[in-house]
Amino acid sequence: MSGRKVVGSNVRKVEGHKLVTGAPAFTDDIEMQGMLYGKILPSPHAHARIRRIDTRKAQTLAGVHAVLTYKDVPRVPHTTAGQAWPEPSPYDTYLLDSKVRFVGDRVAAVAAESRAIAEKALRLIEVEYEVLPAVIDMELAMAPGAPVIHDEPDSTKIYDRSHNIAGYILREIGSVEQGFRESDYVVEREFRTHRQQHTPLEPHITICWLDPNGRLVIRTSSQVPYHSRRQVAMILQIPVSRVHVIKPRIGGGFGGKQEMLLEDICGALALRSRRPVKMEFTREEEFYMARSRHPQILRLKMGVKADGTLLANQMTVLATTGAYGSHANTVQGNTGSKVLPLYRTPHMRFECHVVYTNMPVAGAFRGYGCPQGFFAQESLVDEIANHLGMDPVEFHLKNAIRLGDIDRLSAQLGEGREGLPRVIRSCGLPECIRRGAEAIEWEKKRQAPALGGHLKRGVGMSCSMQGSGIAGVDWASAFLKMNEDGAFFLQVGASDVGGGADTVLSQIAAESLGVTLDKIVITSGDTDTTPFDVGAYASSTTIISGGAVKKAAEKVRAQVLSLASQMLETPVEKLEWGNNQVFTVCECRKSVTMAEIAMQAMYTEKLQIMDGASHFNTDSPPPFCATFAEVEVDTETGQVRVLHLATAVDPGTAVNPMQSEGQVEGAVTQGMGYALTEELLLDGAGRPLNPNFLDYKIFSAKDMPKLTTILVETDEPLGPFGAKSISEVPINGPAPAIANAIYHAVGVRIRKLPIRPEDVLRALCDKERELREEGVVIAK
Amino acid sequence: MTTMQLRVTVNREPRKWSIAPGDLLLDVLRREGFFGVKRGCEKGECGSCTVLVDGRAVNSCLMFAAKVEGCEVLTIEGLAEGDRLDPIQGAFLDHGAAQCGFCTPGMILAAKALLDKNPHPNEAEVREAMAGVLCRCTGYIKPVEAVLAAAKQPAKRATRKRQPAGVVR
Repeated sequence: MSGRKVVGSNVRKVEGHKLVTGAPAFTDDIEMQGMLYGKILPSPHAHARIRRIDTRKAQTLAGVHAVLTYKDVPRVPHTTAGQAWPEPSPYDTYLLDSKVRFVGDRVAAVAAESRAIAEKALRLIEVEYEVLPAVIDMELAMAPGAPVIHDEPDSTKIYDRSHNIAGYILREIGSVEQGFRESDYVVEREFRTHRQQHTPLEPHITICWLDPNGRLVIRTSSQVPYHSRRQVAMILQIPVSRVHVIKPRIGGGFGGKQEMLLEDICGALALRSRRPVKMEFTREEEFYMARSRHPQILRLKMGVKADGTLLANQMTVLATTGAYGSHANTVQGNTGSKVLPLYRTPHMRFECHVVYTNMPVAGAFRGYGCPQGFFAQESLVDEIANHLGMDPVEFHLKNAIRLGDIDRLSAQLGEGREGLPRVIRSCGLPECIRRGAEAIEWEKKRQAPALGGHLKRGVGMSCSMQGSGIAGVDWASAFLKMNEDGAFFLQVGASDVGGGADTVLSQIAAESLGVTLDKIVITSGDTDTTPFDVGAYASSTTIISGGAVKKAAEKVRAQVLSLASQMLETPVEKLEWGNNQVFTVCECRKSVTMAEIAMQAMYTEKLQIMDGASHFNTDSPPPFCATFAEVEVDTETGQVRVLHLATAVDPGTAVNPMQSEGQVEGAVTQGMGYALTEELLLDGAGRPLNPNFLDYKIFSAKDMPKLTTILVETDEPLGPFGAKSISEVPINGPAPAIANAIYHAVGVRIRKLPIRPEDVLRALCDKERELREEGVVIAK
Repeated sequence: MTTMQLRVTVNREPRKWSIAPGDLLLDVLRREGFFGVKRGCEKGECGSCTVLVDGRAVNSCLMFAAKVEGCEVLTIEGLAEGDRLDPIQGAFLDHGAAQCGFCTPGMILAAKALLDKNPHPNEAEVREAMAGVLCRCTGYIKPVEAVLAAAKQPAKRATRKRQPAGVVR
């Protein structure tokens, strides 16, 4: 670990200057001659067939250059999920279709000379709908006689279309029935989670045009430029190499941009109009036409010995993917595979139905199925510990997975197919628990006598883990070439969505090459100029893309050393590198600078020093997290206020600790929103009720509690310089930690998210009534 | 379309704009190449489009461009002096306060409006001043730290002649 110059340092973001000066870096920050404005006509109905659609008036409106309906485009079943091929998500989506399946589904699209003209053109499109009965309640989706949402024959990979089941998963390790029989205490509870939105400050936006060679250029706010290229080529039926995807600066993604959402339709409009076309979601559209976290109903049953040893853990999930099955199987697979194995339970069972409903589409969202699962599991574990009279800290330390363990459930629940067993090669969880407890003053506050009056305080905790890339699926590549000044161009397909990947990958390259960070010039996420990368998801970039960068850098370093060896007349074994030079280890201390080596290579040897490498892992090392919350509950209003949230995370090596902390702080803020304030509400007809920031409340600077972030670094053998991942795991912790703290404060269990004041108040009233019925007098 | 002439100072440079009466300040600024003014919601809810008008932080999506006749507008492009960053900008870099960077111009300008009025704010005052700019990446911890750190640095209130508008590539 020692001796590292760049990895482990809090360097400034390599692209920071352009962000703080407002340089034109984002998708929308260009203007093109003749650019048109594209708009989608959204469906007003949750479920309907288009009986007649007449676009003549729209087409003849001055300034309109293209109008598309299902009659004008190829019909290619696909998924919008940006996943490695072959995608595990159902192919149930069409560029445009004669049927609409949720409020906001595409009916038609136009491209016009201004937004106002485009909006006017949409109003001129005449549509006659046959409104169909809709499935709004996920619990009724599989019921006999329920309307069938995907009755089209050409969709594929749907588990059971006649019952609206997009995916079904059943996996068992050991025998839970046996485990329950051997348990001293068995408890089963139901938990409900809701629809959370990503709300990146930059909504989805895409600009498409044809380059002078007639190739389709797609400048887009995407986490998955390479997958999008493949998807768009398939949907528009043009060769992959006729598509060029450029990912400029991305204004936040959080999984919502691991989707091909506008690229296909915008590309179709550009091909039709032969003009540049820009499409962007308005904030309102971003709420209901983009993606959300999958709502789930989870039944969790656990069996435990009297000494607190967990024996059996059974999770049964009903989830809805909305109208299309984007990430349906894999998000829900994660709910089992990343959550249950947190405990060394010999018997585990996971069963899940993912159903279609006529509601907005769910998709990838930071945490990817884990926030739902950990809310249920960590709430129930707290209840069990309380029942047994055990401190939850002790319960976690006793039962949690540890160094050297093998997680066999992950082997069964891979990316939509059999996965690979997960071996725990680094684990800082016990230390995370210890330091998190210390930060929140756990011992003192657990014992603290209840305050008088209507404000009650409590503390609660939770633990969670995630993955670092998808084992055996995620892969990345990197390319490096040396310039005359001794600096290196680093080209990666990786997609920095704001988390700092460009900086971390540059740090890894600089460290490996022995140069200062300013000698690395990174280009990322351009399918013409950078090599392949699956993209920014599954907490993969640092470990997978970083692994590729390290390999490429080591290959380039070998070339550098070989030439330096000639120049210094010293064998390679006697050379060291650092601070932009190569020097001999002998007493003479001869050295050459990187710039001298580069000049020698280029103008004497006629050699471009360059190389590339690809990388994947057959395992997905989990980062670990312990979350501690202190809350204050107002028993008169049910209002819950988080006073302090302490999060301790094991990310392996923190390549840039300052950025790592930022990832934790951002993740837990979204996690607190998930726990307390954020929910996209729909009316009985599937229409969104609160698609704006006034009614859908994300935390502002004023709403924040005290946050404590602790990095517990470990050394992961599979990661570059020991790094694992950090961006997702902390989001799992707040909801259960807050729910458990509420229980500690006022003695009620809230098993439904978000935890609204009315839910807490109702639970308090119910509890009071129960106690009164039991004859207990409550002292006021 | 009816147009009107508008005289305004943007980043200390006098400008003459031809606008339609209904044009919003956000749209006009972006049209004029000030791409640092971000479009996040167009409803005054997110604050990404924050600019300073006569020193006051406003949502440019809620203001008719016609309203800035005779005013001084400051966008993020006008904050640095050549290569010399404003202390708030430098502090944002040093504290890792910019993640995706989309809300960053709004954050920095909201902080600038505060520090110009109140050079030594406490944390609550910083949070109050920045509450109008939503961020989905940072949890506000590092932005607030950055503003407090910038407030400790000697004030830099130099004016300068010309700052090029956002470059159109």
